[in-house]
Amino acid sequence: MTAAAAKKEPFAAIAEFTTAAELYHAAEKVRDKGYRFWDVHSPFPIHGMNKAMGLGRSYLGYIIFCGGFTGFTTAALLEFIPSSFLYPLIVHGKPVNFFTVPAFFPIMFELTVLFSAFTAFFGVFVLNRLPRFHHPLFAYRPFRRVTRDAFFIVIEAVDPRFSETGTVEFLTEVGGKEAALIYEDD
Amino acid sequence: MAETQVSAPKMVPFVERMPRPPLVENNRSMAWITDLIAGVPESKTPLWWFIAIGITGSIAAFGVFCIFYLLFTGVGVWGNNIPIGWAFGITNFVFWIGIGHAGTLISAILLLTRQKWRTAVNRSAEAMTLFAVMCAAIFPGIHVGRIWMAWFLAPVPVPNWIWPNFRSPLMWDVFAVSTYFTVSVLFWFLGLVPDLATLRDRAKSQVGKVVYGILALGWRGGNRQWRHYEMAYLILAGISTPLVLSVHSTVSFDFATSILPGWHTTIFPPYFVAGAIFGGFAMVLTLLIPARSIYKLHDVITWNHIDVMCKIILLTGSIVGYAYTMEFFVAYYGANPFERFAFINRYFGPYWWASWSMFTCNVIMPQLFWVRAFRRNIITVLFVSMCVNAGMWFERFVIFVISLTRDFLPSSWGMYYPTWVDIWTFVGTIGIFVTLFLLFIRFLPMVAISEVRSVLPEADPHHVPPEPPHTGTAVEDVGEAHA
Repeated sequence: MTAAAAKKEPFAAIAEFTTAAELYHAAEKVRDKGYRFWDVHSPFPIHGMNKAMGLGRSYLGYIIFCGGFTGFTTAALLEFIPSSFLYPLIVHGKPVNFFTVPAFFPIMFELTVLFSAFTAFFGVFVLNRLPRFHHPLFAYRPFRRVTRDAFFIVIEAVDPRFSETGTVEFLTEVGGKEAALIYEDD
Repeated sequence: MAETQVSAPKMVPFVERMPRPPLVENNRSMAWITDLIAGVPESKTPLWWFIAIGITGSIAAFGVFCIFYLLFTGVGVWGNNIPIGWAFGITNFVFWIGIGHAGTLISAILLLTRQKWRTAVNRSAEAMTLFAVMCAAIFPGIHVGRIWMAWFLAPVPVPNWIWPNFRSPLMWDVFAVSTYFTVSVLFWFLGLVPDLATLRDRAKSQVGKVVYGILALGWRGGNRQWRHYEMAYLILAGISTPLVLSVHSTVSFDFATSILPGWHTTIFPPYFVAGAIFGGFAMVLTLLIPARSIYKLHDVITWNHIDVMCKIILLTGSIVGYAYTMEFFVAYYGANPFERFAFINRYFGPYWWASWSMFTCNVIMPQLFWVRAFRRNIITVLFVSMCVNAGMWFERFVIFVISLTRDFLPSSWGMYYPTWVDIWTFVGTIGIFVTLFLLFIRFLPMVAISEVRSVLPEADPHHVPPEPPHTGTAVEDVGEAHA
């Protein structure tokens, strides 16, 4: 970081770890220290990391359920309104009232799946605040290896326990290498 | 002290007596795998690729010409007639939809059943699914020769406020196939995002940085992101599992709900689904084995992977064989003279060659895979896969066309002969399919890198490395030994 950049407010403290196991144990220590605005970055999802970070289960499932239910309702309305009310048409000798419902199951199923899938897909990006093409982490060159084989812990400056020297020292203490501050670049 | 020496032999847990073969061979590191897979789109385009896409692109272009010829002239250029109103169009449609089943099976059902070997093959199998479904979708659009009427498929009130019949299997099919395609695209792209981020972070060229950067959506690999990502992936797998089983069931309803002998059978849904998985895996092997050899992926797509896929082909091929036999038996046992005739005609009528090709390719040839040596030999694996590809096409031809040629009244029997447009439209879709696959392996990571990383031993947070993982060249020649 240049001298000019150093005068700016830091965005976060970052430290690198070499293995998933190191990252896991360091994450437990960061959690126990009481930090709240922090994250671990890894090239793949690490099994059990939610527990090590003190995060619960993702609540995306509940949102997807609502999406799926919307799909089911859409299908039911799409099928019953035209077939029973707008233009009742007797084909295959099948009834036009509620008892024709078995013939409607396939489309109900398909739209339930379709709406759930859309909710899952868009839900994961909305919850992750993506797309976000500009982020201070991208300016930190070593961070590019996070999509290859490097592991990082990032503690953000907005955290009440954050201090420019203390957090960096703490990250070194828990086994992080090349602990450093990164700055909001403009 | 003596007591411990004479004590009964220690019970060794089963997993230690029979250790699982490693999913990635030669103890490769994450960096090695990343370099291998991401190196493919980054390297200079090889000459063979231009030659290959030149050939397949020409075939695809001629297929497109045939489609335009059909659209400008009319369905008379096809061999369809009365009584064979459905012929190559539906055969090709069902063939391609079936090919598409392996991808979702690998990505969804094998995820739920924790078959970790899926990570090496799921990306390319899913891509193959998308391309196969695209090829399939051509045929419903063009089969009436009036593509401007294709919007009649949509659930909107077509002329005079008459709504489509939601009780019709053809309408179910529209929903099933379009849902299947959409969900497959979403699933595939969601899986691609972390790997696109890898390509973004490695990109040297400005174009690569921008294109992969936009596609990666700013993925940073934080656990707060992975948490939702994994949940979305799991739920997509959960909802795709019944979906993949439903699609070919719905396709089979197109036939099973009719009254035509040879079509009107309750065995169709499971029989079609097994056949689809069977044909899909054969196509996965057909495409992956050359790709594996060309790009030296032997440590990632190992013989164990090919072995298990061969076993799935053996299993589903045997289910298909059972279905063929059971259909024949039920035709006899059901004592319906039309049904009996349909099956005798199928194997001993004018199209006997199609039926026996189907039976040989789909039932007899896969039995080779009982032998381990045949499952681990490129020649036999490719040969059987090719047989299955051809056999599954014949299966659809046999079921749809032969049943239509001779139904109830001999006065309304007929014969079907494909025209050159029929044949070249089908060959053209093969060209489109392979062209799309070539583009895929050229520009996108063909193996799910982040997923392969997660099945390495070092990915386990409780793993203690016995020795530092190799980083490259020292064991290069061991990989070659498998070739």
